[in-house]
Amino acid sequence: MTKIAVTVNGTRREADVEPRTLLVYFLRNELGLQGTNVGCDTSSCGACTVLLDGESVKSCTVLAVQADGTEVTTVEGLAQGDELHPVQQAFHEQHALQCGYCTPGFVMAAVSLLKENPNPTEEEIRHGLEGNLCRCTGYHNIVRAVQAAARAGA
Amino acid sequence: MIPAQFEYERAGSADEAVELLGRADDAKILAGGHSLIPLLRLRFARPSLLVDVGRLGDLRYVREDGDRVAIGALSRHADLARDAALAQHCALVGAVAAGIGDPQVRHRGTIGGSVAHADPGSDFAAVLLTLDAELVARGPDGERTIAAADFFTGPFESALGQRELLTEIRVPKVADGVYLKYTRRGQDWATVGVAAARVDGGVHVGLASMGPTPLRAAAVESALAGGAPPADAAAHAAEGMSPPSDVNGTAAYRAHLAQVLTRRALEQLS
Amino acid sequence: MSILGNRVLRKEDPRFLRGEGRYVENLPLEGAVHVVFARSLLGHARIGSVDASAARALPGVQVFTADDVDVPTYGPPPFPGLDAGMGRPPVAKDVVRFVGEIVAVVVADDRAAAVDAAELVAVDYEPLPAVVDPREAANDEVLLFPDSGTNVAARSGSPEHDENLFEGCDAVVTGTLDSQRMAPCPLEPRSVAAEVGADGRVTAWLSTQTPHQDKMILCGMLGLDPSQVRVVAPDVGGGFGAKMLGIEDLLVVWVARKVGRPARWTESRSESMVGLPHGRAERLDYTIGGTRDGKVLAYKVDALQDAGAYPTLGAFLPNLTALMSSGVYDIPKIEFEGRSVVTNTTTISAFRGAGRPEASQAIERALDDFAAAIGMDPAEVRRRNFIAKDAFPHTTVTHAPYDSGDYEGALDLAMRTAGYDDLRAEQKRRRDAGETTQLGIGISTYVEITNGIDETEFGEVEITPDGGAIVRTGSFSHGQGHETTFAMIAAERLGLPLEKVTVHKGDTDEIPSGTGTYGSKSTQIGGSAARIAADGVVEQAKKLVGDYLEASPEDIVLDQAQGLLQVAGAPSKALSWGELATRAAEDGRLGELKVTEEYKAAPTFPFGAHIAVVDVDTETGRVELTRLVAVDDAGTIINPLIAEGQVHGGIATGVAQALYETMVYDDDGTPLTGTFLGYGFPSAAELPSWELAEQETPTPRNVLGAKGIGESGTIGATPAVHNAVVDALAHLGVRHVDMPANGENVWRALQEAKG
Repeated sequence: MTKIAVTVNGTRREADVEPRTLLVYFLRNELGLQGTNVGCDTSSCGACTVLLDGESVKSCTVLAVQADGTEVTTVEGLAQGDELHPVQQAFHEQHALQCGYCTPGFVMAAVSLLKENPNPTEEEIRHGLEGNLCRCTGYHNIVRAVQAAARAGA
Repeated sequence: MIPAQFEYERAGSADEAVELLGRADDAKILAGGHSLIPLLRLRFARPSLLVDVGRLGDLRYVREDGDRVAIGALSRHADLARDAALAQHCALVGAVAAGIGDPQVRHRGTIGGSVAHADPGSDFAAVLLTLDAELVARGPDGERTIAAADFFTGPFESALGQRELLTEIRVPKVADGVYLKYTRRGQDWATVGVAAARVDGGVHVGLASMGPTPLRAAAVESALAGGAPPADAAAHAAEGMSPPSDVNGTAAYRAHLAQVLTRRALEQLS
Repeated sequence: MSILGNRVLRKEDPRFLRGEGRYVENLPLEGAVHVVFARSLLGHARIGSVDASAARALPGVQVFTADDVDVPTYGPPPFPGLDAGMGRPPVAKDVVRFVGEIVAVVVADDRAAAVDAAELVAVDYEPLPAVVDPREAANDEVLLFPDSGTNVAARSGSPEHDENLFEGCDAVVTGTLDSQRMAPCPLEPRSVAAEVGADGRVTAWLSTQTPHQDKMILCGMLGLDPSQVRVVAPDVGGGFGAKMLGIEDLLVVWVARKVGRPARWTESRSESMVGLPHGRAERLDYTIGGTRDGKVLAYKVDALQDAGAYPTLGAFLPNLTALMSSGVYDIPKIEFEGRSVVTNTTTISAFRGAGRPEASQAIERALDDFAAAIGMDPAEVRRRNFIAKDAFPHTTVTHAPYDSGDYEGALDLAMRTAGYDDLRAEQKRRRDAGETTQLGIGISTYVEITNGIDETEFGEVEITPDGGAIVRTGSFSHGQGHETTFAMIAAERLGLPLEKVTVHKGDTDEIPSGTGTYGSKSTQIGGSAARIAADGVVEQAKKLVGDYLEASPEDIVLDQAQGLLQVAGAPSKALSWGELATRAAEDGRLGELKVTEEYKAAPTFPFGAHIAVVDVDTETGRVELTRLVAVDDAGTIINPLIAEGQVHGGIATGVAQALYETMVYDDDGTPLTGTFLGYGFPSAAELPSWELAEQETPTPRNVLGAKGIGESGTIGATPAVHNAVVDALAHLGVRHVDMPANGENVWRALQEAKG
């Protein structure tokens, strides 16, 4: 077992973990943050996307021990009480979610994308979301949501 | 799904990493983890010890060094994609970095980890071979420099010893370089990748996914050196190679793609 | 002003946006054991022995093999003509027939320990020859079920053939449409949690589309009385036809009962890629004939359906293909004969479209093939064969009872939206210039059957003490937005604001019956049931209001805009729903404001026209879809925002089949595309934005005037894109490209055309 300390959504969390524990399972099982989902086992689908020191990463491809000393933001850390984050609000207004399973991953990927590129073209959005898969929406409204969030200055 | 159990150590320096690697015969380096962790999850790899070098910030850099550019092995793809010095002196490497995987992968994956994994389909591996890059490794006997031509020894096999850590990659300053790849989907490994660059006055061409390792297209290079125009030289792209047949393409299709992409890459070289 | 037909944002969104989705994997289950299945890595083998001793030696681990699991053979389902001998033992006994078949059930205190233990289960296999290609399976040389004497699991259509079927045809063309095997890939892998309560009742939480049917099967298979079982489908992350009771669900419930602790299981993606049924895998050999003026006179299809190792719904789907084989055309003579054969692969079941995409893929390819043979524009050929707008209701020679349609209207709209003539001009320009990247334009005009099985849906509306309403439905939305659309329907009928209407679904204790959601039927039967129940509540309310306001119920009117029940002519004598509820509750009469409806309706036939535009690199074979114009007419639309979302997702899956996805096995039955790395599931980078144009032709077949829409996008898009690729290369002599029509398949077609 290895001791780690990770700041998650602004709160410092300490734990003793098996080195083989993936960050996504640490978040879900140790910390009870179940918004981050596991959709595949080949780092392809991005449903597990969180921010690690402000950048999007696939938490299924990071060991919890690698996250020691870092700041992690999950989907649960976006809204301020009742007020949704502009990206979440844009997803809602553009009907960019159906079953919802890929949604937290997409939202986190979009937050990171807009941070690095605040005014992306449609092509840049589509390529910027290459690491996230969705079976329900056909991506059309997800692209609209990222465009709307960009306009809102997200 | 869930990896098999392993021991874990974090290295505070390159030398400490080398020492820690000696603690188990099957110990492996953990850098960005984007080559290793997928193997662990499917239990295709079951090392008893992982040595985490992810905090070695002093191995993350891009520096001009005379007529070469020195790249720290732990530089992430995202770092290289936006590095100004690299863009100025060897833009090909930065361009390749920008096209690896997807944004999340690029925030974690490192050039050293990617190259040491020695996937015959790796974009970086083909480009470094094309550029005649030098790879610097630190081991129990000190530091040594390995030429790219000697580095890739087989599929997922490199010249690195089990106790060696890649610390730096040195590429020539190259003003003119192109990398083209055919992928089924954007995030996929190259069905075939072709790198072409003007190096030391000649044109080098390297291929990904055309054999058990990245390969130089020797027949193309000698045709070009003999004055052949791009289209004629490119016809030799697959010569002497046995490309694999898999779900991404048959050997015949790969050979065809190699010719087409080589011709296009050569035409794009100014 | 009615809320119906408006782009109302979804009520269910907040929990999903905040990461509070109630997927089965997220549910707390105190003291649960974790189940992991040891699965076969061989496609066809006899099982010599299963040695679980090393696994059992680990602390807290139990292993159950076929000898331990006293659950009867599962299936095949009682579809007419399906060979009853081809059922599946829940845990493989004596023989494994596909990679992924369960050989042992491993139970431990946590998931990691169960995974570790499952690796240690050693199975002694004697490999058998495997048969993977259905054409080979049809030879009956390698038999999966020797006792059945054949690999043919089912037949469809008719073996009778008219030798003179193509008499009078100037042109007769043959071809093959191989609708390749696909994996459904819902983003949420399946998950099950099961618990036996202190009272002995079983509760099972399932990631399923069909909680009520699943409950019945669980009871039947495990010998339980329905009163002793509760199934809850909480939030489910996509299904697409594949998530209906699985063997794993049965086994997890069995484990909970066996070990006396709650049990749970979640599959990994690579497990799901072989454990969840696949879709399509129907090969159609077609012959089409007609006059040189473009009139189709006859069409014949010989279908070979891959059923997978254990036949289920997939083996039956060619019947739907046969039913819909006429498409939107008035074809006087059609013959269809189909066989479904077992192979050493994952079972085939329903997948978005389920039998109808195959029909439209074949007829649309055949039409284009015929058009090319007679030198006619594919749009023009279609016009000459459409069932006319005023010819409805129309029953095809395949006995499909179409309700309403305006096929030419849909095609006109699609062509105008696409700028068809400009596209043809650009195509000509590139052809004349001999450009490397050629332009292809593909058309599909399609029709499909929704609410096609004779099912009755449950709906109930109840007024709550605070004057709101609960809608209970037997439909089960897993992304389709019923919490919004059914609430809209009831809110409109009751005159309540949307916020005051809540939809309940998925719990068999709360909802007495239901048919779940698949086959694009839920708005039609679930939505209609909710509407009629709401109307019933209004009628009941009038009686109570009449009593309270001393008027006759016939004199009470509902002002929907204000939500007031008032005496006609004396509007000040009125009660709001809140006031009524309060008084009724005081009098113990609130229960009168609860009405149940069981609703069934005849099938409906949504239709449309899609136009795809592709760029094809004639050197590499790479295809890029640059535009997809879609007209999808599903009659009355409750919420266009949600309807469009269904079409968007459907189109993506249709395009994926045309250009990207194929589930491949090697000759030993080993899947080669069994992860998201190998399987070509496209991302946003592979697809363009869609261009939707609206057309609504209502249906008289249900009270809403609505047809289904969930599968239309898929059914329309695949043939349009497929036709576009062939069109791009037609001038180079290409008549056909195998799907996925991209990359190597395009290159090979070009090589063949060069001869």
